Amino acid sequence: MSQEFFPNTSPGTRGLVYREPLIFERSVPGRSGASLPSAGVPETDPADEIPAELLRGPIEHFPSNSENEVVRHYVRLSQTNHSIDTGFYPLGSCTMKYNPKVNEWAARLPGFANAHPYLPPEQLQGVLELMWNLQNLLSEIGGFAATSLQPAAGAHGELAGLMIIRAYHLDRHGTPRKKVLIPDSAHGTNPASAALLGYQAVELPSNEKGMLEPEVVARAMDEDVAALMVTNPNTLGIFETHIKEIAEIVHAKGGLVYGDGANMNAILGVARPGDLGIDVMHYNLHKTFSTPHGGGGPGAGPVSVAAALEPYLPRPVVVKEGDAFRLDFDRPKSIGKLRTFWGNFGMMVRAYTYILELGREGLRRTAELAVLNAQYLRKLLEADWHVAYENPSLHEVIFTDRNLKETGVTTMDVAKALIDHGFHPPTVYFPLVVSGALMIEPTETESKETLEAFAAAMKAIYERAKTDPEGLKRAPEKPVVERLDEARAARKPVLRWTPDFEIPF
Amino acid sequence: MRYHPHTPEEIREMLEKIGVSRIEALFAPIPERCRLDRPLAVPEALDERSLMEHLEELAAKQPKVPPFLGGGAYPHHVPPAVDQLLLRSELYTAYTPYQPEVSQGTLQITFEFQTYVTLLTGLELANASMYDGATAAAEAALMAVRLSRGRCTKVVVSRALHPEYRDVLQTYLAVGFEVVEVGFGPDGRTDLEALRGAVDEKTAAVLVGYPNFFGVIEDLRALAQVAHDKGALLVSCTTEALALGLLQGPGALGADIAVGEMQSFGNGLNFGGPGLGFFATREAYLRQLPGRICGATVDRSGRRGFVLTLSTREQHIRRERATSNICTNHGLNAAAATIHLSLLGREGLHALALVNYRRARYARERLAEAGCKPLFSGPVFNEFVVRAPKDAPERIRKAGLAGGLQLECYYPELPDGLLLCVTELHDRKRIDALVQALA
Repeated sequence: MSQEFFPNTSPGTRGLVYREPLIFERSVPGRSGASLPSAGVPETDPADEIPAELLRGPIEHFPSNSENEVVRHYVRLSQTNHSIDTGFYPLGSCTMKYNPKVNEWAARLPGFANAHPYLPPEQLQGVLELMWNLQNLLSEIGGFAATSLQPAAGAHGELAGLMIIRAYHLDRHGTPRKKVLIPDSAHGTNPASAALLGYQAVELPSNEKGMLEPEVVARAMDEDVAALMVTNPNTLGIFETHIKEIAEIVHAKGGLVYGDGANMNAILGVARPGDLGIDVMHYNLHKTFSTPHGGGGPGAGPVSVAAALEPYLPRPVVVKEGDAFRLDFDRPKSIGKLRTFWGNFGMMVRAYTYILELGREGLRRTAELAVLNAQYLRKLLEADWHVAYENPSLHEVIFTDRNLKETGVTTMDVAKALIDHGFHPPTVYFPLVVSGALMIEPTETESKETLEAFAAAMKAIYERAKTDPEGLKRAPEKPVVERLDEARAARKPVLRWTPDFEIPF
Repeated sequence: MRYHPHTPEEIREMLEKIGVSRIEALFAPIPERCRLDRPLAVPEALDERSLMEHLEELAAKQPKVPPFLGGGAYPHHVPPAVDQLLLRSELYTAYTPYQPEVSQGTLQITFEFQTYVTLLTGLELANASMYDGATAAAEAALMAVRLSRGRCTKVVVSRALHPEYRDVLQTYLAVGFEVVEVGFGPDGRTDLEALRGAVDEKTAAVLVGYPNFFGVIEDLRALAQVAHDKGALLVSCTTEALALGLLQGPGALGADIAVGEMQSFGNGLNFGGPGLGFFATREAYLRQLPGRICGATVDRSGRRGFVLTLSTREQHIRRERATSNICTNHGLNAAAATIHLSLLGREGLHALALVNYRRARYARERLAEAGCKPLFSGPVFNEFVVRAPKDAPERIRKAGLAGGLQLECYYPELPDGLLLCVTELHDRKRIDALVQALA
């Protein structure tokens, strides 16, 4: 790797990282990392009571390691990850903003971390107050009448929202209706959630500006349509300017509008989906409200509704009577329970902490700077890179690999090359309506020089594609592993360690 | 705002480069009629110290003692080593490992998690985790329906299964499915005769707790026999995964799908969420498995690496034909469980399960002597139901303790049933205090 391809703009270096075996391969029988209390009570034998066939001793193939070895193993593994705290992570549509440390402190307060969900309300006033406050804050931010914090993730919030819509139609019209309209730029969870509830997902084409046109909705709209699902700004980063007219068209036929709140970060304090005709919306606390993504969850997907849909919210809901808070289970029209207990409370604590720290002005400032950063980066990149949609975008922007067509270098190669420059790649090949998409969302917490360093890396990759396309195909070269054979993983699935596991490391 | 890096000067430079004069101009794509014309009714920003004091006040309102309470969420010791590893930024501030070359840590931990789930359940295949035990149970029922190619749309559920698991199942299967409940006997186990009467050729799955909501250990072999006789799958739902450190894995006893909640390993109570759903099944059902799966492969040089795989089942590829709509799973909770299991190790897991069993048994025996007799005769692990006076929760609270769940709101036929849970957090002194409070 020569210096010319890695200018000084790049923070990526090859640190000392370790190839680490599986914990099962490290085991030495007899070791232990556990500190156990003695029973302190008679050492009774379970076989007195439990049939022998239902009992077992220590599980074969479980590993044995001391605490130091276990800690070193997982620290070494962690070091092979890229993360927000390591560097820029412009994964479009995922809103990889900085995860504040005070949030982690808050969630670990013993009064929160050790609260049992089945204690009586008089022993839970603090946690219930926090939930009450958070649901009211979210209702205000989104422009809705009521909020349920129960859904575990965005897709779970979608499921909740569509169940609410189904319950509404059954209640009002005696039928759940049959179809759900979904723009072609939508996240895959939208059609999957609709299908899970037995709805036929009908795809609507977006126009050459990446927008949904009222005429397209009007043509598809009839009294079999339960709902239209929209993301606004959409996954192309473009604000659906006709949203109010579109909502009116849907409402005129008795349908409802579902809002996917994945991109709420772009419009915090600027516009409220509830004011635009959206009837139900989920938030992603792990996107807009800074709760960590955790390497793939846990997230949280609260769902807010307009007043007419409030009776259908998942039960229970937190209510306040006088100065006291309690859970109200007496909700005859509720869609029911979506999961055990009351929601991903640990994520609620973090989101609540974040909203209070930002306050009214900080929330709006967040949207402003998120859009500023995306626009600035777009400006820095658009000289070389083909932008998928010419019209202005908000908090994210989509480029493609079109300008590299004759070099044979693809979006995937660009993504892998960015890794060698020390950056996490953008979201690639999504949305599906854009060929070779590179979807970039910088978020508001990134500095100007980080954006410039990323742009310089993109420029270097662009130049290298013209002169050394084969070199790019070898990327990445700096991480602990090189490009992985994903086809083999699917063709010959190896999904757990067994004693005959033999892939060399 | 400390999370916003730009100085006014930098903002000016950036706006100039973009070609606008004011930051508001960036919102030009949003029509005026769509804008909010007032500030949000959200409080003013708090400084860090004031914020911390507010949160400390809210947190202080919950009791400090470990509750004698399980019911799907279990108080256990979480070693500081687990939490300090979870606070590695590289683990908790990363996202789903879409770019495997820079996500090997998350992926290998997921692979280890899947391996642990297969060892605990005695099944060959596990996914990367689900939201919680109840949603995993609902997904298991849906998977069983898919495996029947839609021929079977009926699901039979034991009333001794956790009420919230049954509730969630009803929510997921509200339209187009038949959910039938069967009762339990005086031993607290699923009524085998009633089950035999309820399972028929239209039945896709039978769902039971293992141990069930009463803490009673079901005889999965007998239940599997009834399900399999009619071609239905047996789904075992384990809310207290620590029980699997003492009890035979459900796969070895005939369960076709084993789901449940693993919060007990490395995850605190957190007022009931996030939980950690696990999902294991037989290898033959791989293509119908919901959720993310991590697999081993090689890189360009032939060396080991891990990737998310078989994603053609999933929503981002398959959209409306996906096996589930699940996207985010509970990766960090799975990491916590993986780390905790690695610390416990082979002997430690079994020993911890034994401590739980022995302390719970001691509590049961002392309570019985004090007049709180067990309600069911079936064998239990660390949770059990006793007959207790109506004012039991109040007495427990007045003694400076917490917990005990009255079953009446879930089972009107059990008006004096009190569900208690005893773990390694409850030493003899605490147990004796509980017995005294209820005597």
